[in-house]
Amino acid sequence: MLTKARKALKNKQIYKKAKTFLFGNNVKSGVLYKVIIYLLLAAIGFIYLYPVLYMLSNSFKSPSDIINPMVNWIPTAFYFGNYQRAFRVLNYFPTLGKSLLVTLVPALLQTAITSVIGYGFARFDFKFKKPLFVIVLLTFIIPPQAYMIPRYVMFFEMKLLENPLAIILPSLFGQGLNSAIFILIFYQFFRMIPRHLLEAAEIDGAGTYYIFFRMAVPLSAPAYITSFLFSLVWYWNETYISSLFLGTAFPNLQIALANFVSQYQQMYQSDAIKLNEGIRLAATLLIILPMLIVYFALQRWFVEGIERTGITGE
Amino acid sequence: MAKKKLSRKARENLIGYSFIGIWIIGFVVFMLYPLFTSLVYSLSNVQITGTGIIVTFHGFQNFKNIFQIEEGFNFTEALVNFVFKELIFQLPIILVFSILIAMLLNQKLKGRGFFRTVFFLPVIIASGPVIKELISQGAGGTNIFETYGFIAVIEDTLNPMLAEPIVKIFSEIIIIFWFSGVQILIFLAGLQKIDRQVYEAARVDGAGAWQSFWKITLPALMNLVFVNAIYTIVLLATFSENKVIVNIKSNMFNFRTGYGMASAMAWIYSLSVLLIIGLLGLFARILSRRRRRGY
Repeated sequence: MLTKARKALKNKQIYKKAKTFLFGNNVKSGVLYKVIIYLLLAAIGFIYLYPVLYMLSNSFKSPSDIINPMVNWIPTAFYFGNYQRAFRVLNYFPTLGKSLLVTLVPALLQTAITSVIGYGFARFDFKFKKPLFVIVLLTFIIPPQAYMIPRYVMFFEMKLLENPLAIILPSLFGQGLNSAIFILIFYQFFRMIPRHLLEAAEIDGAGTYYIFFRMAVPLSAPAYITSFLFSLVWYWNETYISSLFLGTAFPNLQIALANFVSQYQQMYQSDAIKLNEGIRLAATLLIILPMLIVYFALQRWFVEGIERTGITGE
Repeated sequence: MAKKKLSRKARENLIGYSFIGIWIIGFVVFMLYPLFTSLVYSLSNVQITGTGIIVTFHGFQNFKNIFQIEEGFNFTEALVNFVFKELIFQLPIILVFSILIAMLLNQKLKGRGFFRTVFFLPVIIASGPVIKELISQGAGGTNIFETYGFIAVIEDTLNPMLAEPIVKIFSEIIIIFWFSGVQILIFLAGLQKIDRQVYEAARVDGAGAWQSFWKITLPALMNLVFVNAIYTIVLLATFSENKVIVNIKSNMFNFRTGYGMASAMAWIYSLSVLLIIGLLGLFARILSRRRRRGY
């Protein structure tokens, strides 16, 4: 009788232990729970990346693989013909150079200028500071369409259309792509620097600009890196302004992709291989490749940057 | 002879403006002046000649034209479709999806960094032409959902009015998810600020995971939901493949409409977007006031 009760108790303990192991308790989560989370993340992750994987797989398929229904994910042989053609149609390296010019330069300028503006708002009390800051934030939600047409006319009259300066100039004045976000990031970041640190330097006789360049800027390196990377990526992927101001006369990679079909037909008019999805996807991959490299080299700065810059607000 | 020393207040003003002065110049030149000019354009007939641009004021004719000529009908149709067939579905999908992923990523997992990298990846590559290309190749979701007959089921069971936008959403569902990269990270940062002890205390009191979500997690994230909603609206409204934007741009170079009518359309579009954001702000305000009163 007693042994039976003891056995039942033991069974109960085993059951309880197993339950904790699988489902977790108040302190830590169980294995089954974790497995489910992993499966969920893996499944959603796969669907999420499906377009990229599809692009990768199809860009290496030869024309016969593409029409062959038996070939699914893995091509029968790695075929580089698609890339060769896409490379030539896009006129890759010269176009890449143009892209870098209208991406790197405004991104660098925007980061530098918005940091100066952000510092001004974070450190000094001047007249109309609050309303001006509200206007800065409001510029983020005003759709660009409302001011793009006159800007276009303005650049037309200044003879700056189809000229990279049309993209670069606004960033020089803190009016670049999403400038408001960067001003906010720098504002938040500079406010996190302990005030007494900068005040101590002031008492020691350091000038305002000395303090900014020699103390605040070096202390804020993470904000600079994150802002620059976001600016770079946003400028790279921006096509509304660049197609309006640069057009086909100064095509960057994105514009070249948008015109890929007609350009291909022009170049390979009498060719045996008609434009297929393999070639188009190879071209698409070539467009995203430079930023993919940047991302995989520096991804920590992207994903951790958002937390570190304190944009989520205190 | 000596220059009078500026008062501390005046000095601070001067220094402050020396930092933000460049923004003020840029704002006036690249924003305020164009905004004003586009308002003038929208009320004028704008003609481009070899020598320059002739602007003749003609009142609300451009706005009336939007309801009278074909280009105008196309524009209003694009605008209505954007708001009622896209934004209204996509905004909640993106917000719910990004909260969900952020909560999954907030668990203590190995490989958390890897998944974070995966879910942020689209921000790096999602430009207008790239997405257009992917959707046209069926990689946006059509391939997956068509193979399982999912789209056919929707088309058969629902009436066409409702089926059309839903089918369209499923054929682009992955791309819609792709707009959540930044929002996921913002939610994740918010989730990490919530004290884990609060959850433990709730569990001791007998609250389940479901209740914890509605009573602890969501209220703590409410401000960020609002921030992300605005961010998402701006993102979708300025996306270069957005039909309304494409429409306005093509009307700029259409001799029947020109800059004048394109400006009028741009203003209608901008005010619509601002109105939506304004309504959202109002809604958020009412919600937070009710919460403070303790309902």
